[in-house]
Amino acid sequence: MLRTRVIPVLLLRNAGLVKGKQFKDHKYVGDPINAVKIFNEKEVDELVFLDISTTAKREDPNYELIADIASEAFMPFGYGGGINKVQQIEKLFNLGVEKTVINTAAFQNPDLIRDASSLAGAQSIVVSMDVKKNFFGSYEVYVENGQTKTKKDPVEYALEMQDLGAGELIVTSIDREGTNKGYDVDLISKVTDAVDIPVVANGGAGSIEDFAKAINQGNASAVAAGDMFTFHGKHKAVLITYPKYERLEEMLNIEDY
Amino acid sequence: MVVILDYGMGNSGSILNMIRKSGGNAKISVDPDDIKTATGFVLPGVGAFDNGMNKINSLEITALLEQRVFEEKIPFLGVCLGMQLLLNKSEEGLVKGLGWIDGEVKKFDFSDVNTRKKLKIPHMGWNLVNPTSYDNLFKGLEDEARFYYVHSYHAVCYNQENVLGTCEYGYEFASTVQNENIFGVQFHPEKSHKFGLTLFKNFLELL
Repeated sequence: MLRTRVIPVLLLRNAGLVKGKQFKDHKYVGDPINAVKIFNEKEVDELVFLDISTTAKREDPNYELIADIASEAFMPFGYGGGINKVQQIEKLFNLGVEKTVINTAAFQNPDLIRDASSLAGAQSIVVSMDVKKNFFGSYEVYVENGQTKTKKDPVEYALEMQDLGAGELIVTSIDREGTNKGYDVDLISKVTDAVDIPVVANGGAGSIEDFAKAINQGNASAVAAGDMFTFHGKHKAVLITYPKYERLEEMLNIEDY
Repeated sequence: MVVILDYGMGNSGSILNMIRKSGGNAKISVDPDDIKTATGFVLPGVGAFDNGMNKINSLEITALLEQRVFEEKIPFLGVCLGMQLLLNKSEEGLVKGLGWIDGEVKKFDFSDVNTRKKLKIPHMGWNLVNPTSYDNLFKGLEDEARFYYVHSYHAVCYNQENVLGTCEYGYEFASTVQNENIFGVQFHPEKSHKFGLTLFKNFLELL
């Protein structure tokens, strides 16, 4: 039995936690270290931090903050934001990061994925791809915090990244992100059907039922969410939460894989 | 003092954090003076087999480690790649392993496995360990021993008595190995919440 991972994805901006909707209107929701401590107690499967301020400003990762997070995180955690060199990836591993999440640089410099994967092993190199449906209903990959079109089809892009040595993909629907309307299961299943590496569904989860759909219909290996773990109620009051293990087990346990 | 052998292959910092949380003292080092006085060793590791062995070989600490581990019976714990390096060899590479536990490392092969969903490689996520004994590392985890795994290769022990725990992913494989005071775990106890904390506490009790 390998239980499907349920992963909070937390956005960092200038060392604070923020959350937005459809990659816009980010609001401050709290202190990242405090959030890690709460997630430790709740025994989360895994955590992902994405720093959205680094890409915009073309800055290095905030190593001091990441070191603080690593010293508190007794679960696997991934970091993304501002990574475009192998040296940064080595430094992140030394700080205690398990997985480095690469988005914009994977498109701009695909060789980085190959180099990083041969250095650290595919399992530590995650490519994050943000996908938006265009006016004609076809999907396109976006980079730079969802601001820049790539003219890439997500399935082709996913296969390309797998061939370069990515060990995992986080597939985020820009349209669904922060909406709580459920994942874009069609998008997820298109990608999972094509690749052999694990795919993490992200963007739009509002309930555990949404997780189950992404897993059963979308064949996702793991499910990620932001809003569900940071907000509570219809007025979106900030509350760091995580479902109980028994509840996830009951809802998501897949007997025969 | 536990010495976490830092040969430039990853997760030493996380292991140090977890040992401290478990109430132990540890130091990240490959200095022979530290190796001579250590009361326990952890060999971490992330990445490729040959790369790991080459780095260890270039440090020229193997003879000293073998003296401490085999003659003085100092407890030793290999984690993830650090476990795989304990075996004789790996399908992933050509360089000889440490050979402290008789066996080899093989890639997951699901060609004879039928599952509803295609099994992904790497095996990534939380999975159960089925310990063959609860006397040492798994003491207190009788109800549930759940750990975080990330790997594409797994151990195959030539002698069944070296298997301290198995895990099921497509088929059953050895996820914890033991040869007297030498232990190896395929999973990441340093990233496995209370389960990992218990395992490290148990390891510290062996010192």
